[in-house]
Amino acid sequence: MLSITDLHVHYGGIHALQGVSLEAPAGKIVTLIGANGAGKSSMLRAIAGLVKSKTGSIVYEGEEMSGLDPAAIVRRGIALSPEGRRIFPHLTVHENLLLGAYSRRDRAGIARDMEWVFDLFPRLRERSAQKGGTLSGGEQQMLAVGRALMSRPRVLMLDEPSLGLAPLLVKDVFAIIQRINAEGCSVLLVEQNAYAALTIAHYAYVLETGRITLQGTGEALLADDRVVHAYLGG
Amino acid sequence: MTIEILLQHLLNGLTLGSLYALIAIGYTMVYGILRLINFAHSEIFMLGAYFVFWGVTLFHLPWPLALFGAVVAVALVGVLVDRVAYRPLRDAPRISALISAIGVSFFLQNVAIVLFKAIPREVYRPQWLEDPLLVGGVRVLPLTLFVPIFSVLLMLGLVYVVYHTKPGLGMRAISKDIETSALMGVPVNQVIALTFGLGSALAAASGIMWALRYPQLQPVMGVIPGFKAFIAAVFGGIGSIPGAVIGGVILGFLEILIVAFFPDLAGYRDAFAFVLLIVVLLVKPTGLLGARSEEKV
Ligand SMILES: Nc1ncnc2c1ncn2[C@@H]1O[C@H](COP(=O)(O)OP(=O)(O)OP(=O)(O)O)[C@@H](O)[C@H]1O
Ligand SMILES: [Mg+2]
Repeated sequence: MLSITDLHVHYGGIHALQGVSLEAPAGKIVTLIGANGAGKSSMLRAIAGLVKSKTGSIVYEGEEMSGLDPAAIVRRGIALSPEGRRIFPHLTVHENLLLGAYSRRDRAGIARDMEWVFDLFPRLRERSAQKGGTLSGGEQQMLAVGRALMSRPRVLMLDEPSLGLAPLLVKDVFAIIQRINAEGCSVLLVEQNAYAALTIAHYAYVLETGRITLQGTGEALLADDRVVHAYLGG
Repeated sequence: MTIEILLQHLLNGLTLGSLYALIAIGYTMVYGILRLINFAHSEIFMLGAYFVFWGVTLFHLPWPLALFGAVVAVALVGVLVDRVAYRPLRDAPRISALISAIGVSFFLQNVAIVLFKAIPREVYRPQWLEDPLLVGGVRVLPLTLFVPIFSVLLMLGLVYVVYHTKPGLGMRAISKDIETSALMGVPVNQVIALTFGLGSALAAASGIMWALRYPQLQPVMGVIPGFKAFIAAVFGGIGSIPGAVIGGVILGFLEILIVAFFPDLAGYRDAFAFVLLIVVLLVKPTGLLGARSEEKV
């Protein structure tokens, strides 16, 4: 269980997160939707330790996470597949995946999980010796997700994993998220594609200009007029 | 010019080139990761030479042990320089770190003057490096073979670390994207420290061999070779390790061959490198193997 209480994030004069509280229970898919600039990425980056929050707390399995550096947070089982993929273009697919496992020492387990990721994304297996930068956008997205999985996270955070993918691939990505979740990994999902995200989510939050304005089960929010109006184009 | 003399020149070029290459690698690795020109690198080179001198004269170590000890000690100095002078400035504007680098350079030079005195010193050379060998009927000094061979071994060791180990993978990742590397669990500061350690070890080895070849120790002995190696790194494409090696070797050959074929120009020997720098900056600022300039400013 990951629980965040009263989180504030500032960038210079910008108050991007203004007291956000959120819970991601073990084994569930939780999604965070909101307009551009609402603060979704800031939220995930704060949990991953990339931006520091002065106030508020981020507690995972009883331990305070804020103040830890990103490497320490990955070691505790929380991984982020960042917005915009951020794969390493000059390294091979294989090396990109190994980097995802940097915090681990169990060689056998790493090899096993490499196979697991290749089974999830067969395309990556075919391309494993190729430089990351030569992959198509969709393949890079698969690599970014696969790379995050290589740390064997217990909480997987995905920042817009379907961005820039063809509709068919988007379906695949959401199916894979459900599959990963079925294997016991909690998921914290940020998505522009609110409909797909709410459909697979057990619980959902709506973020508006740094504040949570709505929350409920995925189903409940799919039926909520305000959500339909603002995020589902209804 | 006889074959024998030409061969001598080529060996000398290779020797000088290897020494430049070893220094240039340190510049290029640090630049690749931090976009920082580590001006203190010249002094790291100088310390290598002095530490061996100390090991032999003060501690009466056998030469190979003194060499090994000096390389390790200088690597630690390199790590310490990063820790004290650069790491606190990691999030500061890049110019701050650059100024800090210049400060460290002067500081180390002056420490060397205090510790070692400004008088030039004679260098101890093991006898086996001095007795000429006959190779295929040609007399060569073992030293001119030792330097390139030892340098190549060191470079192979470096290539192994950078391309075949986990910290090496971390280094290559950090050089592209520090933040995402951290997100992958790469301990960024440790990997940067390792980079300084490796670069400094190579520069120390270069300084030690330089002192065998041009046997005089002075606290400012690193300045000119350091500048030239920096130019070699820019020429090869700063940020690229193969580029630093190629740049260093080419610069070494150029310097020796120009002096050999145009003895009248010998007095301008130190100016060639700077002319080369200007030409590179005008014609191909990214250098021979430099990537498209994707500046992360
Ligand atoms: N490094 C930064 N420096 C300054 N302001 C920033 C920085 N990062 C984000 N912001 C600001 O913080 C606010 C929230 O940004 P954030 O990236 O979290 O939004 P988001 O919900 O992920 O948006 P999107 O859907 O467009 O990805 C925005 O107003 C943004 O301009
Ligand atoms: Mg975002």
